[in-house]
Amino acid sequence: MHRLKQGEVNLGTSIMAVQFDGGVVIGADSRTTTGSYIANRVTDKLTYLHDRIYCCRSGSAADTQAIADFGHYYLQMQTQVMGSAPSVLTAAAIMEKMCYQNKDQLSAGIIVAGWDKKAGPSVYNIPLGGGLFRQPWAIGGSGSTYVYGYCDATYQEGWGKDETVNFVKNTLALAMSRDGSSGGCIRMCVITEDGVERKFIPGDELPRFWEGKEVLGEATRKPLAALSTVSDVAPMAVEV
Amino acid sequence: MDHFPTNWGRPRNDAFDAYGTYPIAQRPYNGPTTDAFSEGIQHTQQPIVTGTSVLAIKYKDGIMMSADNLASYGSLARFKDIQRLHPVGTNTVIGAGGDMSDFQYIQGLLDELMVEEFTQQDGHSLGPSEIHEYLSHVMYSRRSKMNPLWNSLIVGGFKDGKRFLSYVDLLGTTYSASTLATGYGSYIAQPLLRKAVEGNEDVITEDEAVRILEQSMKVLFYRDARSLNKYQIAKITADGVSVSESRSADTHWSFAEGIRGYGAQTQ
Amino acid sequence: MTSIGTGYDLSASTYSPDGRIFQVEYANKAVENSGTAIGLRVKDGIVLAVEKLVHSKLLIPDANRRIQTLDRHLGLATAGLLADGRQLANRARDESANFRDSFRSPAPVKYIADRLGSYVQVYTLYSSVRPFGISTIIGGVDQDGPSLFVIEPSGVFFGYHGAAVGKGRQLAKTELEKLKLSELTMRQAVLEAARIIYLVHDDSKEKTFELEMSWIGDETNGLHVPVPKDLLAEAEQKAKAALEDFE
Repeated sequence: MHRLKQGEVNLGTSIMAVQFDGGVVIGADSRTTTGSYIANRVTDKLTYLHDRIYCCRSGSAADTQAIADFGHYYLQMQTQVMGSAPSVLTAAAIMEKMCYQNKDQLSAGIIVAGWDKKAGPSVYNIPLGGGLFRQPWAIGGSGSTYVYGYCDATYQEGWGKDETVNFVKNTLALAMSRDGSSGGCIRMCVITEDGVERKFIPGDELPRFWEGKEVLGEATRKPLAALSTVSDVAPMAVEV
Repeated sequence: MDHFPTNWGRPRNDAFDAYGTYPIAQRPYNGPTTDAFSEGIQHTQQPIVTGTSVLAIKYKDGIMMSADNLASYGSLARFKDIQRLHPVGTNTVIGAGGDMSDFQYIQGLLDELMVEEFTQQDGHSLGPSEIHEYLSHVMYSRRSKMNPLWNSLIVGGFKDGKRFLSYVDLLGTTYSASTLATGYGSYIAQPLLRKAVEGNEDVITEDEAVRILEQSMKVLFYRDARSLNKYQIAKITADGVSVSESRSADTHWSFAEGIRGYGAQTQ
Repeated sequence: MTSIGTGYDLSASTYSPDGRIFQVEYANKAVENSGTAIGLRVKDGIVLAVEKLVHSKLLIPDANRRIQTLDRHLGLATAGLLADGRQLANRARDESANFRDSFRSPAPVKYIADRLGSYVQVYTLYSSVRPFGISTIIGGVDQDGPSLFVIEPSGVFFGYHGAAVGKGRQLAKTELEKLKLSELTMRQAVLEAARIIYLVHDDSKEKTFELEMSWIGDETNGLHVPVPKDLLAEAEQKAKAALEDFE
């Protein structure tokens, strides 16, 4: 179930969503791979579902795009039927149903997040195989496994927008630095009642953390010209 | 009671022969249908901690090589301070992709070889061609034992006024050319290197050679998910061997800021 | 040698009644017949020098070296049977290579001296073998700086500031004692070593000799290499001059 099909394009990813007082911050890296080849280094994994609801996609690019497209379609229908914007829960529930009912065919790990009138900001995690889990913060994709400890140690309730944006940015940078399947740039969205604000961190301006010493093997980099083997011994003369 | 002593202690099929009365020849075989070796025995290892591409080119003054500082553990970027360009003696550098434990073992072999040669004190020293020949025999003999050293190696050197550049891998395959690349580099960087170098080997200056490798390392960083934008450059010239400090390429991302979604999405 | 011929000197595995092993003592005689070898442990390194007696004018110059290299940082000079020296050096190379292989670092000089001491000692235990007919000076520079050891045919080894073995060892030791070894540089030590070898060489009894010298230290990047030709020539010339003053 969790295996990708042969040659499939993979969003082996780092994605994240965090709730704060006035909204949510969602974020993702921009790498799409087939095996270890980077098929796209500037992918946008923050996908529009409705005006104040986005999802972060991880897993198979084809599967998650199809799910998001259906989700988008259902939410449009729902909006027309109900005459008002859908809640984040509604969106998440639709997405979860597709993931759960087709779990044998899909590899998709999706985070749905946004703002609605009823609940305010909310974040829902839909892991591989389905299931709906509301969380104050959610991380997902292959890169997330490297940063659970960082998130547990760092996250605090009551943050404002700027602190939350920073948290997302740093977490993703850490995940991207350790996970070969994540990388490129960081894309973020701040979703509030007022609208959606895009943020972009280019790949050469990512926050940097410990990266090890400059390089191992200091001794081998001394100039070696002087280190010749034998200064002036000539090969033994053979008399002819 | 089974009256055939040769059957004592062996599995019996109660459904077929509840009282053990059939003679041996007529009893069905009830033991395991496969033996412990039926699926074969695994001799061959698999790479665990791995390095990715190595690039190398000929230029006016000698050979220039590059490799990044990453050793991956599957998709985990596990060690970011690993040197994959290894000087051997005063005229040679080997660059390694593939399993890093095997690479360290090879370094040990070569060190032993160089010490052995040094202790002879006969005025001879091993140059790049001898080292490459030695490595090719080591690699081929290990693959013939079905237990290869899981590496792609590039041997670059300069001795007696001559440039040397050759490749050898886990199968013992060897070849040489004026540009070489291992791993993803052989798909992505090799065409770029050939375009820049072939026919210009005696013209390309040191600065130009650095720029060519820099450009290729950048593209590899863009496109290889097991690479790191932190790499070293080695040069081997008449003046001997030198391996640079770690450096990184300037990368370009600003064009991505305006990209939205994967199709129709515009928000 | 009062006990010669009493029957206790034919085997290394038999003590004489007064507790001696004559084969080992005879091995020491083989050393005493050999040209002198000296080693100096100075401030920044080690210098080895050998008075190599040339027994035939037909020999190629520089042939039959008595100073050998064991590893990048280790050298050895022998006095006694040349072939025994070769055998011991080969064993030392194996020991040193094994140490590198096991511990990924160069072997300490003392460790090699210890291993070789044990190896040499084993040849004093059996009737089927003869003891090594060499005294060996091992010099090297390791993590703790330069060090110098002498291994005798019995297998004992001692550390020294300055060491001398072979024919002229007594005079050489007297000369070495006059030097402030721990204050000398390697370059100064090369000159002193050459002077001592020229001094202890007995013109009247011996034919010609070759001066063989090697060094290990900061100046050689920690490598055991022959003293460069120009410095060797300078040292020889000064040694000859000093000898004339002496006489």
